[in-house]
Amino acid sequence: MLDLISIELYKIFKKWRTYIGFIALGVLVPLIHIAMVLEGKNTINFMTRNIQESFVFVGNLLNTYLISYIILTSLAIHIPFLITLVAGDLLAGEATSGTYRLLITRPISRTKLIIVKFIAGWIYTNLLVLWLAFLSLVVGYFIFGTGELLIIDGQMIVIFERTDVLWRFLLAYGFATLGMTAVASLAFLFSSLVENSIGPIISTMAIIIVFVILSAIQVEFFQNIKPYFFTTHIMSWRLFFEDPLDLKEIFKSAANLLAHIVVFFGLTLFIFKKKDILS
Amino acid sequence: MNEQIKVIEIKNLSKRFNNLTAVDELNLNVYQGDVFGFLGPNGAGKSTTIRMLLTLIKPDSGSIKIFGKDLQKERLEILKNVGSIVEKPDFYGYLSAYKNLEILGRISGIEVNKNLIMKNLEIVGLASRYKSKVKTFSHGMKQRLGIAQALLHNPELIILDEPTTGLDPMGMKEIRELIIHLSKEQKKTIFLSSHLLNEVEMVANRMIIINKGKTKVEGEVKELLNKNRLFVTIEVEDGDSAIEILKNSRWIENIRNQINNTFEFNVDSKEIPLLNKFLVENGVMINSIIPKRSLEEYFLTITNEAANA
Repeated sequence: MLDLISIELYKIFKKWRTYIGFIALGVLVPLIHIAMVLEGKNTINFMTRNIQESFVFVGNLLNTYLISYIILTSLAIHIPFLITLVAGDLLAGEATSGTYRLLITRPISRTKLIIVKFIAGWIYTNLLVLWLAFLSLVVGYFIFGTGELLIIDGQMIVIFERTDVLWRFLLAYGFATLGMTAVASLAFLFSSLVENSIGPIISTMAIIIVFVILSAIQVEFFQNIKPYFFTTHIMSWRLFFEDPLDLKEIFKSAANLLAHIVVFFGLTLFIFKKKDILS
Repeated sequence: MNEQIKVIEIKNLSKRFNNLTAVDELNLNVYQGDVFGFLGPNGAGKSTTIRMLLTLIKPDSGSIKIFGKDLQKERLEILKNVGSIVEKPDFYGYLSAYKNLEILGRISGIEVNKNLIMKNLEIVGLASRYKSKVKTFSHGMKQRLGIAQALLHNPELIILDEPTTGLDPMGMKEIRELIIHLSKEQKKTIFLSSHLLNEVEMVANRMIIINKGKTKVEGEVKELLNKNRLFVTIEVEDGDSAIEILKNSRWIENIRNQINNTFEFNVDSKEIPLLNKFLVENGVMINSIIPKRSLEEYFLTITNEAANA
């Protein structure tokens, strides 16, 4: 199994599209860093404009934690897109290139093939999130250093001590990989249905955008079904920046995402095992 | 021949795609050591049958046994001993020929080393291009790489779906020679699909012709393509006077068709000079004499029907 996974990863990392995500983040995050070096103080002033009269802020608020938090929030839609570029191609890419025939005529079961491809896609997803964490936290550390994390969420102000932040980020990134794996599973499912990788990318992004829009509509019906959308829980990494931690909500969100992953993977396996390879 | 071991045994195999019956109650046997020609015009159901043999698609009904084992139940065990090319040869274009073979070998679960890969590339004449990315290969080179990957794990049964498609005459000859070599020297069983009768005739010992998913003709190639059983198309200058002359001869019974000045005769090959002599001696002006084998004509007819459908 390990040999097959290494083959799949080799194939993934031999395709230029795999590097789009890494390059995009490698450009975007440093750009945000540069912008923060130039305009960071103004941004902090703008963020705290309504509370400056009531509070006096001391210390280094413009630090790697704040910037990492901003990056993680603002890339919620962009990272899924980068994930689908590879996850949507895992099966459809084989159909497009005609290599399904090469694979399935080998003595390997379809179940094993799907598991191997899914694991390889999951590893790619994790590496992309890890890359984001590295760029945001580690590179940011050398530019901005550390400090207290100030979060202003609507009417609520939360300030975490410098020593109380890193573990929250590590768990938040861990949770983000779960959310991104759900996205990858959906793209993987669509990838098993079609014979070109554009379809799964567009379909997955369309579903994410539609769910996000529906979640934002303040109508009771949509608000009632919102907790069942996996898109609602993708952003639940924010729960790690609450004090105290709402463990019940965290587990609920994790369970929801996990259930989506299992269902998407199960459907992919079912479809692929029944599929006639005509490409 | 019947005492030989059956390598492929297909019984009542059928496959439908919506309203189209691609394969209809197909039966065939391939014996150990056979080069088995699987003939049919385009759309006859050859590729569908091959895809079912390789578990790419599932049959609606019927059974397939390979090496005496049920394909559905013992797929992995069977595929360890089957090498194949299905339709056009597609590879990972962004990888080298060497890497493609290495990956396919590893997926097949065999011990892959440089010697093995280079030996197979040598066989198909691609050793000097082992580092080149497959996307830079011509169709013919991909076709040859397809054969290399089919041979990589030293299978007992090799299934080749139209392996000479897109090749130049020299490439076609090389593939034919390779098939003969694999059969004679390495004792492989080869299932060769083709829409070219002469191609099958040159390499196969047994064959089947299918059309619209059904068996039309099956048997020994030598027997089916018996060169003594011919029919001859003779075009004369004046068909009316020729028929008057023929009416009074024994040749009238050999006429199977007449269209204006063109006659078709069922004759033995040895009788063609006699027929020619008779017509000339009776003053019939002959424009052309074209001998044809009956199976060739039959195959041409069904091929034309398929093309016009």
